[in-house]
Amino acid sequence: MISIQKADFNVQDEMDAFKTDCPKIGAICCFTGLVREFGDRSDLTGMFLEHYPGMTEKALHSIIDQAHERWPIDQVRVIHRVGELNMSDQIVFVGVSSAHREASFAACEFIMDYLKVDAPFWKKELTTSSDNWVEEKGTDQKRAERWKK
Amino acid sequence: MKILFFASLRERLQCDHETLADVSKITTAQDIVDLLVQRGNPWDTALENGKLLVSINQEMASLSSEVSADDEVAFFPPVTGG
Repeated sequence: MISIQKADFNVQDEMDAFKTDCPKIGAICCFTGLVREFGDRSDLTGMFLEHYPGMTEKALHSIIDQAHERWPIDQVRVIHRVGELNMSDQIVFVGVSSAHREASFAACEFIMDYLKVDAPFWKKELTTSSDNWVEEKGTDQKRAERWKK
Repeated sequence: MKILFFASLRERLQCDHETLADVSKITTAQDIVDLLVQRGNPWDTALENGKLLVSINQEMASLSSEVSADDEVAFFPPVTGG
């Protein structure tokens, strides 16, 4: 399940959505990303998120397909919010279920790492004095590249 | 050919999309950039940038990738989601 939405989400509801009658599922790993202060920008009031409708969904489906090829995982749920967000708001949710924890831990991190570098989202910091588009971080590229080893 | 611009690039160009009617001289994504750069400021400074990314029909591509008249080509800065 992939959802690009303005609305907030409830992590417990997302967890509950995994709980099926399948007795083989023994693990659900979830990650939630929040709006936070960047460096010394203590005047940050929020964030604006833009995306490329259509390509975003394609990119996320491709990342999830790759995770299914690498690990024995069951369901994947990805939610990414767009539009204007406030400090500490939830931005992104990635949840993965599997029989054993190793697969869901690894796949959750893999999906998040590739979402950061392959999915067409752009963040703009909103501050009390100006609005600034966020620059990409080399550390995100390195985190994604380590999965190629 | 449909051309799209996103994020900081969209703001600098004050343009989110346009349609190129005459694509007779366009073979690659780089040819589109070269055509737009001829318009001068702000197109030249915004597009002549080593960090420019391109997608063709909503899939990541490179400036050397071939394009055709029916393609949707998008230009944008490095992504920063998550």
